[in-house]
Amino acid sequence: MNVVIINYGAGNIKSIQFAFNRLGVNAVLSSNAEEITSADKIIFPGVGEASTAMHKLKESGLITLIPNLKQPVLGICLGMQLLCNSTEEGNTKGLGVFNTDVKRFSNKVKVPQMGWNIIKNLKSDLFTGVKENEYMYLVHSYYAEHCKQTIATTDYDINYASALQHNNFFGVQFHPEKSSLAGERILENFLKLDIKQK
Amino acid sequence: MLTKRIIPCLDIKNGRTVKGVNFVDLRDAGDPVELAKQYADLGADELVFLDISATLEGRATTLDMVLHVAEQVNIPFTVGGGISSIEDVDALLQCGADKVSINSSAVKRPELINELSNKFGSQCIVVAIDAKEIGNQWKVHLAGGSIPTDIDLFEWAKEVEQRGAGEILFTSMNHDGTKNGFANEALAKLSEALNIPIIASGGAGNVRHFIDTFKIGKADAALAASVFHFGEIRIPELKKQLKNNNIEVRL
Repeated sequence: MNVVIINYGAGNIKSIQFAFNRLGVNAVLSSNAEEITSADKIIFPGVGEASTAMHKLKESGLITLIPNLKQPVLGICLGMQLLCNSTEEGNTKGLGVFNTDVKRFSNKVKVPQMGWNIIKNLKSDLFTGVKENEYMYLVHSYYAEHCKQTIATTDYDINYASALQHNNFFGVQFHPEKSSLAGERILENFLKLDIKQK
Repeated sequence: MLTKRIIPCLDIKNGRTVKGVNFVDLRDAGDPVELAKQYADLGADELVFLDISATLEGRATTLDMVLHVAEQVNIPFTVGGGISSIEDVDALLQCGADKVSINSSAVKRPELINELSNKFGSQCIVVAIDAKEIGNQWKVHLAGGSIPTDIDLFEWAKEVEQRGAGEILFTSMNHDGTKNGFANEALAKLSEALNIPIIASGGAGNVRHFIDTFKIGKADAALAASVFHFGEIRIPELKKQLKNNNIEVRL
């Protein structure tokens, strides 16, 4: 299994690499187009500010490569948000894979949402063996609005999409690499996915 | 619902846990990695490592420890102690720390909070505040509580939030070590004045204290050290009791 974690200088990606190591898989950090397109599975991570991250994707030319990938891609946290149409953070245009927009939580709640919250309404092979209302670790100030591609929801401020899927593209708002055994199960499921777009 | 977090805190010196830990199943109680794994298995929601190494060599060893914790532990963790620059934070995050906690260095140069949150994102910047109630005023203290300042806790906390901190770890020096409960009045005031999560620290002695700090103190998370290390409070039992008292926790 050839797993590549896209390395575009956005945040702490070591923990994702370590999480795969714990599953016995060596995931490679790479920003090389050839290496990324030839991978079996691709992780699109991201921590930090959206417009800065998008700028880094532009600079590295990955902005056109990512939406055209054919193998299973898993966007995590900001990675998922950047796969949406747009985000209010820094008024940023996204990669448009997921047909939804990213908004900021209101000030009725503490922002960022930080800690463990429930994921529910699970519908995807990504969640095989994960029970409804399982806890995941989340840290974020912006959320993806519901859409047809929603495969999990979470309540904080409002009910929002905590996971999305479109064809071979998956996105999770939570951090499976930091979400104990249930998170590990999701990463395992992702490794087992057998989808290849033409 | 977002759950309340239980956070054991480990003191680290030269890459080893200190202050003694009394866990039955541990082969090596001084090994932070083994202890961290144990806490993760017991249901701790996060971990905090406080580096109290006095030398550069000690800090380098801590960095190595952080790497090993990140390799083996599947819950988030924060590292604090002696952090005063972008380079310090970069090194810790590169080794796999999820968040860093700054304290005295932020008081000495508040712009550091802006610089760090701009560069790394506010989600990974925790500002720790040690304060002591003198008369009826809460005053911020530096260097592990040894140096008093004239800075008001609530004003400083507000400034910390405005400068981009993602979270505040508030330790009451009046309560720390007493095992008489957390500083719930001050905590509630902080929680109401601010829009970022507040971690309560100092004073944990029994399960009731945790219930109170979430209900009365309105804390988002509670941190403790010795009651966990010496098995006086077991985390699974604590979380069950919290749940029984209608406090949302991850079980």
